[in-house]
Amino acid sequence: MTNALEIVSLNKTYDNGHVALKDVSLNVKKGDFFALLGPNGAGKSTTLGIVSSLVNKTSGKVKIFDYDLDRELEKAKTCLGVVPQEVNFNQFEKVEHILVTQAGYYGIPASEAKQTAEVYLKSLGLWEKRNEPARMLSGGMKRRVMIARALIHKPKLLILDEPTAGVDIELRRSMWKFLQEINDAGTTIILTTHYLEEAEELCRNIAIIDKGEILENSPKHELLSKLTKQTYVFETTPPLSKAPELDGYDTALTYDGAIELTVEQGRDLGTFFDAVKDEDWKVLGIRNKSNRLEELFLSLVSSSQDLNSKEQTK
Amino acid sequence: MNAHQIWIAFTTIVVKEIRRFTRIWAQTMLPPAITMALYFVIFGNLIGPRIGEMGGYDYMSFIVPGLIMMSVITNSYANVVSSFFSLKFQRSIEEILVSPVPNWVVLSGYVAGGVARGVGVGIIVTLLSLFFTDLVVHNVLVTASMVILTAIVFSLGGFINAVFATKFDDISIVPTFVLTPLTYLGGVFYSISLLPEFWQNVSQANPILYMVNAFRYGILGVSDIDIRFAFGMVIVFIVLLFSTALFLLSKGKGIRS
Repeated sequence: MTNALEIVSLNKTYDNGHVALKDVSLNVKKGDFFALLGPNGAGKSTTLGIVSSLVNKTSGKVKIFDYDLDRELEKAKTCLGVVPQEVNFNQFEKVEHILVTQAGYYGIPASEAKQTAEVYLKSLGLWEKRNEPARMLSGGMKRRVMIARALIHKPKLLILDEPTAGVDIELRRSMWKFLQEINDAGTTIILTTHYLEEAEELCRNIAIIDKGEILENSPKHELLSKLTKQTYVFETTPPLSKAPELDGYDTALTYDGAIELTVEQGRDLGTFFDAVKDEDWKVLGIRNKSNRLEELFLSLVSSSQDLNSKEQTK
Repeated sequence: MNAHQIWIAFTTIVVKEIRRFTRIWAQTMLPPAITMALYFVIFGNLIGPRIGEMGGYDYMSFIVPGLIMMSVITNSYANVVSSFFSLKFQRSIEEILVSPVPNWVVLSGYVAGGVARGVGVGIIVTLLSLFFTDLVVHNVLVTASMVILTAIVFSLGGFINAVFATKFDDISIVPTFVLTPLTYLGGVFYSISLLPEFWQNVSQANPILYMVNAFRYGILGVSDIDIRFAFGMVIVFIVLLFSTALFLLSKGKGIRS
């Protein structure tokens, strides 16, 4: 099966000597919804910058739908749509002009581009704003303009670099729905995000990168099965002033008097309820402290940092 | 991309550029018209009659071709340097970099935009000059081709300046310290035959002298230099500057990390 993206031994060292990527290899299958996660400065944007031809690589191979970036750059670019992290259109241009101009760079006639622009502007709730200068739009609208612009030439692979950063939750949900629809229609999507809930909700495969190295690259369900512990928060009435000591459980107290209970993955909570049934407080509610992917992400990144600091100490 | 797609990409850039400089006409088209009108009034009408003839023509008729050329040079340069640098500054250059449009088309598009503004302003200044003198074109082909070739040269120069520029100051250094002195010393206001022999020889190292004189020949039929040499030199400049700009684009100088 053709890979939408194939990265082999990619290295990037910037002019100032900063090593941003170390031998990164990655495959993204056609039709996938793929997340590339990592803390700030991990190398996500550099990787996607090289794939989008915005950053020169130091060494390595990149193929988009089998088109080698070194040999068939034009064909590779035709397959690709990019939504960058920062707003990067001329804010004095009208919304529709931005889209039609972008289509022109792909050799698409204005009449055809206007029809496609209408479809995406309507889908993204921007049709009423089509004749407004882009600077008059809100932050969320500008992000949606960038999504519409990236789709104007109907790319087979869409790269989204933190598309929902700073977007309110309602709008974020509607953007998720839109992205799921275009993925269902066959567009491969690669997403970077700091909202791990977003990656868990949308993506089928996930890679985690830190300090320029890939730490994990697995299907989401495999990745989540590596989670060894989970932390639950129990809200009680009345709120407690001291965490209860329970045999076999790791407990702590939150600032508002709720219990934080950390248990091994797969262990049932029945013994916890048996242990506390005679207490003079009752459980009002229960929730995960953080989402599952977030816990795994933090454990992977912190163990990578521990390893690095140990190496530096040596 | 096939030839039709390349044509669409090229016209997209050109139309975008024309839309940009006409949208801000008060910054791009009006100031040169006012400046040149002042030149016509002060140098042509007020001081000109006291100077008398220059190159066999009254002073106003002599300076009009030079002033038209000066506005073409400064505006074609300014259009590309400011537009392409803004593109880098706003990062909207990324819109082009991610697309499959070949570098030579990008360069040609921006140069065509610069030529459009240079020639547009040149036409406005020419129309203004008609209020002050009777303009009879001696050779339309020489006049039109030299104006377009000169606009191409300076559009390419503006492009290269924008590639190297990292801050707004960098896009005004060349126009202020190189372009303006060379234009003023390029025979816009005087015939180099007035200069001592040593300075005549020095002036011949100034490329703008050839462009202004070839254009003046097109309008008045008089020139301080051989216009065939002027055309040859301008074409060599275009080839060298185009190759340099294309090389810088392919290396991603100033636009890719």
